[in-house]
Amino acid sequence: MTEHIDHYLADYLRMDRFPHIWCAGCGLGIILKSYVQALYELEYDLDKIVTVSGIGCAGRASGYVNTDAFHTTHGRALPFATGISTSNPDLNPVVISGDGDLFAIGGNHLIHAARRNINLLVICSNNYNYGMTGAQYGPTTPLDMRTPTSPYGNIENPFNLVSLVSSAGATMVSRWTVYHVPQLKNSIKRGLQKNGFSFIEVLSPCTTGYGRLNKLSPIDMMRDLKETCKIRKVHPTEATIEPGKEVIIGDFVDVERPTYSDVLDQVSRRASN
Amino acid sequence: MKAMTATSGPGISLMLENIGLAVMTEAPCVIVNVMRGGPSTGQPTMGAQSDVMQCRWGAHGDIEIIALAPQSVQECFDLTVHAFNLSEKYRTPVFLLSDANIGHMYEKLEIPAKEEIELVNRKKPSVSPRDYKPYLADETMVPPMACFGDGYRFYSTGLTHNEMGYPDMSVETQDKLVRRLCDKIRVNIDKITMTEEIMTDGCEVLVVAYGVTARSAASAVQMARSEGIKAGLLRLISLWPFPEGKLSDVANDVKGVVVAEMNYGQLVREVERSVKPIPVEFIPKLGENPPSPDEILAKIRRLAQ
Repeated sequence: MTEHIDHYLADYLRMDRFPHIWCAGCGLGIILKSYVQALYELEYDLDKIVTVSGIGCAGRASGYVNTDAFHTTHGRALPFATGISTSNPDLNPVVISGDGDLFAIGGNHLIHAARRNINLLVICSNNYNYGMTGAQYGPTTPLDMRTPTSPYGNIENPFNLVSLVSSAGATMVSRWTVYHVPQLKNSIKRGLQKNGFSFIEVLSPCTTGYGRLNKLSPIDMMRDLKETCKIRKVHPTEATIEPGKEVIIGDFVDVERPTYSDVLDQVSRRASN
Repeated sequence: MKAMTATSGPGISLMLENIGLAVMTEAPCVIVNVMRGGPSTGQPTMGAQSDVMQCRWGAHGDIEIIALAPQSVQECFDLTVHAFNLSEKYRTPVFLLSDANIGHMYEKLEIPAKEEIELVNRKKPSVSPRDYKPYLADETMVPPMACFGDGYRFYSTGLTHNEMGYPDMSVETQDKLVRRLCDKIRVNIDKITMTEEIMTDGCEVLVVAYGVTARSAASAVQMARSEGIKAGLLRLISLWPFPEGKLSDVANDVKGVVVAEMNYGQLVREVERSVKPIPVEFIPKLGENPPSPDEILAKIRRLAQ
């Protein structure tokens, strides 16, 4: 165990838990760094943050952050975060989880948390596959891409996450990548300060699974993020992800709406009068 | 914050994964299962007692669970309070295993004054956040529990974890953790066990029942006594951990035991194991209604011969 590490982010991390479990070239380390960097720059009170995650590689993120943290069951990060936010509105839950966890088994929870406008931030690492369990295809795998369960190419149409979450009612929706680090960090800062349901999709390479099977090296995958992702203002429905085509990233939604806790508080006051 | 959920069997089926998480993370909570007939969608709104084993074994892995079975509207109130107290004391999910017959019942209910209700709250950490080890238990085997937001900044996971709460896949940690999670309930079985005895002194035939079935069984025992048969009733108020010791004490000198439950054979197996080699007559009852006093009386008569 490391006794003391003199690093400006050491207080934000559980230093005794490093090295982390993620593969070389995985984007989750960059997402974790961007998250704690955002907390650092905002001088955020760490006692007011609860980091919540589901299952999978991204699910391990909650265990490395020096906040209250809950590593929940597969797909259920949002119900737990919803419980935390509604039972103690002073707390700010931040959900860090993967696309498989949040949009397959957890998809129902996600759309309803967005619909209810629960005051929390979701950072969704999208690596297009179920990385931890062997790179099987999932609800975000682009058409034609190879995985062990789609050896001749994926035949299922993927979700467009920013479009789905926008239509479910999220008050802040953005998409960045682990190549666009300053933008990602700034987006997380905005999400942390936003009063409402905020969602940030982060495109992130899975080098060991998805990359290997599609003959993409870690360098290729990072270069793809640099070259194919364009920052542009479009309607979320247009921001689809298709192999060989440009991917639109940036901010898609930023609106104000009363949160669930705000409305619950008003109704509770009315009921008790 | 204390938490409770209420559902019936199909709802519990959906929740089982997170009940396992509650056992593993030692999250106190109360789960009400108003049992209806199954399997699957079965008999919505019609009574059964067929989730007794689901409650005990539904979540995967080695677990111990606490379950209480009310037999009246008053007990629904009293045992819900008690279920919260047990869940806080042992940091574990506690089931209130009721049945649709009790769930639909209209009965007199006396709600005690607030100050008369005994409330138990979980042990809070007495150390500073810096020294807090969220899964370090004292001699009670139950670790003190901080709240999110209290500044303790602890990590909780469904993975096998060490005293810091950190994932640890070693054989030693798994062994130590699972033993503690189970033993904190097992060693307290006598404290947790709740039963009611009706005319068990010197009885020759013992009836074992719980929930709505116990009401019918109490009538059957009265009827048997008026015929001169020395019958008694052991009503199980707590079903899990199974009150094995209590049952074998009460059944020590009886000729036979009658078990009545609204299923096709669940708790009866626990009874058989506990009273061996005393003969056990089983009354399985499927579909909406508990066995009638006459049905139970017929079995009592047979064992009394």
